[in-house]
Amino acid sequence: MIALEDGWQRLHPRTVQVTSLWVAGIAAGIAVPFVLGFASAAGLGLMLLIAAGGIVLVTGIAAVADLMRWRHTAYRVTDERVEVRYSWVLHSHRSVPRDRVRTVDLVSDPVQRMFGVAKLKIGTGQQTSESSHVTLDPVGKAEAEVLRRELLRRADSTESAESDGDEISSLSWRWIRYAPVSVTTPILGAAAFGAVMQVSEWFQLQGAVFTTVRDLFGGLSIIGLIAVLVAAAIVVGVIGSLGLFVEMWYGYSLRREDGNLVMSRGLLNTRSLTLERSRLRGVEVVEPLGVRVMRAARVDVIATGMRHRAEDENTDPKTLLPAAPFDVARRVAAEVLGSEAATATAVTGHPRAALWRRVRWGLYSVLAFTGLLAVLGLLLTDVLLHLAWILAVVLTPAAVFLAFESYRNLGHGLAEKHLVARFGVGSRRTAALLRSGVIGWTISSSPFQRRAGLVTVKATTAASRGAYPAYDVGLDDGLRFADEAVPGLLTPFLEPRR
Amino acid sequence: MRLRPPTNMVDPRAKRYWMAGEAISNGVVTLVLGLLAFLIEPARPWLLLALGVALLIGIPYMIIMPIWRFRVHRWEITEDAVYTRSGWLWQEWRIAPMSRIQTVDTKRGPLEQAYRLSRVTVTTASAAGPLTIKGLDHEVAADLAEKLTEVTQANRGDAT
Repeated sequence: MIALEDGWQRLHPRTVQVTSLWVAGIAAGIAVPFVLGFASAAGLGLMLLIAAGGIVLVTGIAAVADLMRWRHTAYRVTDERVEVRYSWVLHSHRSVPRDRVRTVDLVSDPVQRMFGVAKLKIGTGQQTSESSHVTLDPVGKAEAEVLRRELLRRADSTESAESDGDEISSLSWRWIRYAPVSVTTPILGAAAFGAVMQVSEWFQLQGAVFTTVRDLFGGLSIIGLIAVLVAAAIVVGVIGSLGLFVEMWYGYSLRREDGNLVMSRGLLNTRSLTLERSRLRGVEVVEPLGVRVMRAARVDVIATGMRHRAEDENTDPKTLLPAAPFDVARRVAAEVLGSEAATATAVTGHPRAALWRRVRWGLYSVLAFTGLLAVLGLLLTDVLLHLAWILAVVLTPAAVFLAFESYRNLGHGLAEKHLVARFGVGSRRTAALLRSGVIGWTISSSPFQRRAGLVTVKATTAASRGAYPAYDVGLDDGLRFADEAVPGLLTPFLEPRR
Repeated sequence: MRLRPPTNMVDPRAKRYWMAGEAISNGVVTLVLGLLAFLIEPARPWLLLALGVALLIGIPYMIIMPIWRFRVHRWEITEDAVYTRSGWLWQEWRIAPMSRIQTVDTKRGPLEQAYRLSRVTVTTASAAGPLTIKGLDHEVAADLAEKLTEVTQANRGDAT
């Protein structure tokens, strides 16, 4: 911490080393295939020289740029505000009122930890305004920890700053058994093949890879070969997903501190997220198919200012509890909510018409897909024709099964303070949303829904996904649900059906 | 039980505005496909067929959609809430309490300008999208925005 005038402070000076090391590492990683690729043509010595020069140059530029950024960036925390200013070439000044601070997110990658610094993200939970968050990248570890506690500390808090708070849950290594049944397993398995292909291409060894595989499994038929490759992918995927679990959830703990939720986790990249209690709007109990079969569930938080980002669905800090036995999930959900609403609410199913809609969707998709194949088969080759009928036989029951699964997972209900909405095919999501956190309703209907007397009722909220839906609910039932969940809001716009 | 329609209809000029929008789309499609058909002789029958299909869908759409949509699009402001209905085949009712409104904007594109229409967009803190009332007369829209702004400024808190 380096003090400037008026309480302004600089970021941690070691940011330059951190940046340099990262850039040097990445540059070296990029240089390796080039060196090896051109070594035979230009000579290894020359290539190494060029690569070393390139790495030094790029690292130097990055170091100077980061040094300038560091020299011209300053932050201060006053009684009222958190401010960050940057003044070189561009000028910017960000300021966030302290009473608007809702999250403090502390992240450090391995290099940052080596230098004892961390990145601090301070969020306000405002989605519309420019000043939704400020980032201090980086500050010293100790300073970051102090800021994390101080920024979300409430004036009326009596707890001492040293107390660790009440632990809600911590890692049990037995949960790792749910890691391989997640979607990461096939993704990592497929990625491994891609990586082998890519790397062998860099070294112009793709031919050699194919030859090796052929020599190894030359005796096998094509089906046998496919089976071996799939098995290999599964093994790699399982190892990868176990590794990912360890990296993400090592040292996991969820606790309450000054009434706020604090979650920390991570082996190499560590992260600690602090959520102010007033931001909490509910929880979502998520049961992906594989995990559900093993009677386990994950718990996600519903809180304002957490934008739903589809691309990193599983890595987002919104997950409060990784897949764990259902009883653990129930207990964590209950402790976070302060009631058993997420798991104990009686959930009403939706009308049969919703099932027939789903069956129709499934059958139409199968029909469209196999129909296309059949037409192509008639025009081109008989093989496709056979593929079409085989797929029709296999996919039709699958589609019907998914339709039933999706229908069974539909539901809605009311608890004392929360509304509960459930849906999902494959992954079943049960959201318990604070009724006082509902900031509007969106009710929609398609021509097909109108004919079947169904509507989709969505409770909009400032938190997470923005809206929590009850799909294909009966018109009467859905409107009554919305009307009861937030008394008075919908009432003036309702009329008896003629 | 059912949702009653909001009380106010949008300006009747909205029908012509929606029609004009569709007419422009149809015009562009005709122009592009027609030009290509004129220039590329071997593909001419196919391009003309595509044009025929596009217009067979586009022209009825241009006539039916605006009339239908005009009957669906409605809005209402009460003491406590904003209530809108929009869409035509796929319809949507949205309700937002006054106390949760964050911003109110009026906007008009060049085509709306030509028909002296504006749209009013009311956002809440939800990421699930704002309430939009399209096809309002300039003055109606301005009055509405002013009224909503007044009410929301009286509200305290961050409306989450």
